[in-house]
Amino acid sequence: MFFFYTVVLPPVLLDSTVNVKHLFIVLIGCILKVQPPKPLAKDRKEWADLEPVPQDDGPNPVVKIAYSEKFSDVYDYFRALLKNDERSDRAFALTAEAIELNAANYTVWHYRRVLLQALSKDLREEMRYITAIIEEQPKNYQVWHHRRMVVEWLNDPSEELEFIADILSQDAKNYHAWQHRQWVIQEYKLWDNELKFVENLLEDDVRNNSAWNQRHFVISHTTGFSDPAIVEREIQYCLSQIRKAPHNESAWNYLKGMLQDRGLSSPPGLLERVLELKETHCSPYLLAFLFDCYEDALENSNQKENVGEEERKDILRKALEICDLLANEKDTIRKEYWLFLGRSLENKSGSRGPSDKPPEPSDPASGQQEMS
Amino acid sequence: MDGVPTPLRCFSERHPAEMFADDGVDSVTSVEQRAVLRCLFVHFLLHSTLLREQHYQYLKKGLRHLSDAYECLDASRPWLCFWILHSLELLEEPIPTAVASDVCQFLARCQSPTGGFAGGPGQHAHLAPTYAAVNALCIIGTEEAYNVINREKLLDFLWSVKQPDGSFVMHVGGEVDVRSAYCAASVASLTNILTPKLFEDTTNWILSCQNWEGGLSGVPGLEAHGGYTFCGTAALVILGKEHMLDLKALLRWVVSRQMRFEGGFQGRCNKLVDGCYSFWQAGLLPLLHRALFKEGESELSRQRWMFEQQALQEYILLCCQNPAGGLLDKPGKSRDFYHTCYCLSGLSIAQHFGNMDLHHEMILGKEENRLVRLQCMHLH
Repeated sequence: MFFFYTVVLPPVLLDSTVNVKHLFIVLIGCILKVQPPKPLAKDRKEWADLEPVPQDDGPNPVVKIAYSEKFSDVYDYFRALLKNDERSDRAFALTAEAIELNAANYTVWHYRRVLLQALSKDLREEMRYITAIIEEQPKNYQVWHHRRMVVEWLNDPSEELEFIADILSQDAKNYHAWQHRQWVIQEYKLWDNELKFVENLLEDDVRNNSAWNQRHFVISHTTGFSDPAIVEREIQYCLSQIRKAPHNESAWNYLKGMLQDRGLSSPPGLLERVLELKETHCSPYLLAFLFDCYEDALENSNQKENVGEEERKDILRKALEICDLLANEKDTIRKEYWLFLGRSLENKSGSRGPSDKPPEPSDPASGQQEMS
Repeated sequence: MDGVPTPLRCFSERHPAEMFADDGVDSVTSVEQRAVLRCLFVHFLLHSTLLREQHYQYLKKGLRHLSDAYECLDASRPWLCFWILHSLELLEEPIPTAVASDVCQFLARCQSPTGGFAGGPGQHAHLAPTYAAVNALCIIGTEEAYNVINREKLLDFLWSVKQPDGSFVMHVGGEVDVRSAYCAASVASLTNILTPKLFEDTTNWILSCQNWEGGLSGVPGLEAHGGYTFCGTAALVILGKEHMLDLKALLRWVVSRQMRFEGGFQGRCNKLVDGCYSFWQAGLLPLLHRALFKEGESELSRQRWMFEQQALQEYILLCCQNPAGGLLDKPGKSRDFYHTCYCLSGLSIAQHFGNMDLHHEMILGKEENRLVRLQCMHLH
């Protein structure tokens, strides 16, 4: 601002063509950006008593980074502070400069936390600081961990859900954000509105797998998936999303993931509902789900006596048909996998009828193959 | 063999049909996916040669000098050593003795007096640069390299980051996630300081990271993710406990991560393809193959991994190479040493099937594209 008053303002005032609007624009510009560059630490008198410590890379360095003058300057002084274990306000201020230059330097973050406690710094202010840093660099491990520490020290999660929601509004799948969110919710028992939050995200993007995961997280930690009414509600939710976007893998994975422990054949009428969907909303995911239903039915039929040999053979035939269809036509990128599953199922359950030959392994010859 | 070259998958009639089925329902996910596919389509018209010489020059230079763009990795310099050395190893480029010695001396300066390695001289020890430093030294493999590691102090460091619930923090006062278990298990195994007590409860903690999707998350409760799944699975393999995972569910999850059009892998369901997952995801298939075999699975292929090897090679060679050297995430992204390392690692896996007794190669393009076969994730 000194720059504004002594360098910018006088010529502007002397110029009769300049009006108030121009002045205003220049003033804002000066506040925001047009500051003279901050002098290096080595040129600032508050650091005069400290001898900077250059980095010890040795005589023949490897992976040597061409640091800017600013970077070397700040870190040479940081190393000096670290060496002396100096616990002062100037050290605290320098950690912010070091972080700005490399927010992934976990040693600096650790030191900043030591100083926060040693100097009894204002943690509310630290929350404001870390909020700004995360907004700038939301995909960094250290910033989120630091925020977690401050929240723990304050024992105050009251800003968290809203803050994380803001970060997720910019990138709805940010892994760190979701990790922090789950920690906050679990630690402070903030479950109440989370299912609604998830549903809103799924409204925005039904393919957001992180949101589907959060759905599973919330339900498994609250009502659980044992209650048949909950399961039915979730099945209906999945099928309704599938009807809207049949090629959304997340919805199919959720359906299976929710049911797999209790068995896919356990919800009554599910197989029929999926077979119905097959006519109008088919996808490789639907077919895979059908396969899983049949496989599950075969596994359970071992325990049930009312499933006859004919029925077993029929289920096996249908399952193997789906494997072939997926391997050769509908999901060929996973051909090796579907062929393996088919062989494996066949081996476990007994062979096909005499009219069908078992499929050959995909590659008849051994040795080297050249493709171009 | 009849010598008829197999045509590129991306030129087959069916290939365009694999482009994204968005059901007429737009969302952020589908819009981003469609943008990637449009970009990729052009790339599939290129030729499939591994630009060995260009990658070599890029790596050789980087091992010595890096621009200020790398300031953001100033706390990960052992990683830079590892990514570059591993890439050179895959390209079968020898490391000159002097360079190797310089790397040893640099990593020695990164070693913390209290044990473990840090991201740079004077920094605190951290499990990730510890993993990188130890593995880089093993690649060099000289006596000088092995002598750098202070094994007693390394063990002290591992104990200092061990948590009561079986997990590990990445550094003292740092965060927990499944990477740490892998880093700890890998270095403990390589330096022969592994004890059951050190990893007590770690197995159960890692197992609790396997979720409803079948893959593993960074910490229990989160979304299944390729990087974390690799770390958790590989850690269990080192501990001899991989059979305790639901292997079938994990297998289904990982094979589903290969993109039907792009040929490469995504890190999570409904996200975009990225060259680095050529290793984190595809690298799970050899681990699972071996695990299933040990469980008595009789129907495993004796020639192929359970992913589309040709498609992955096409993605890497056609879409992930920078003409000036180095590899990358996807077209339009910048090259870096991390992607160079993991794209090449994935390429090697896609080229080589086998174990101790079996070896079956499948090289896309010229013979010269062949990379060295990756050894099985430092398992003993």
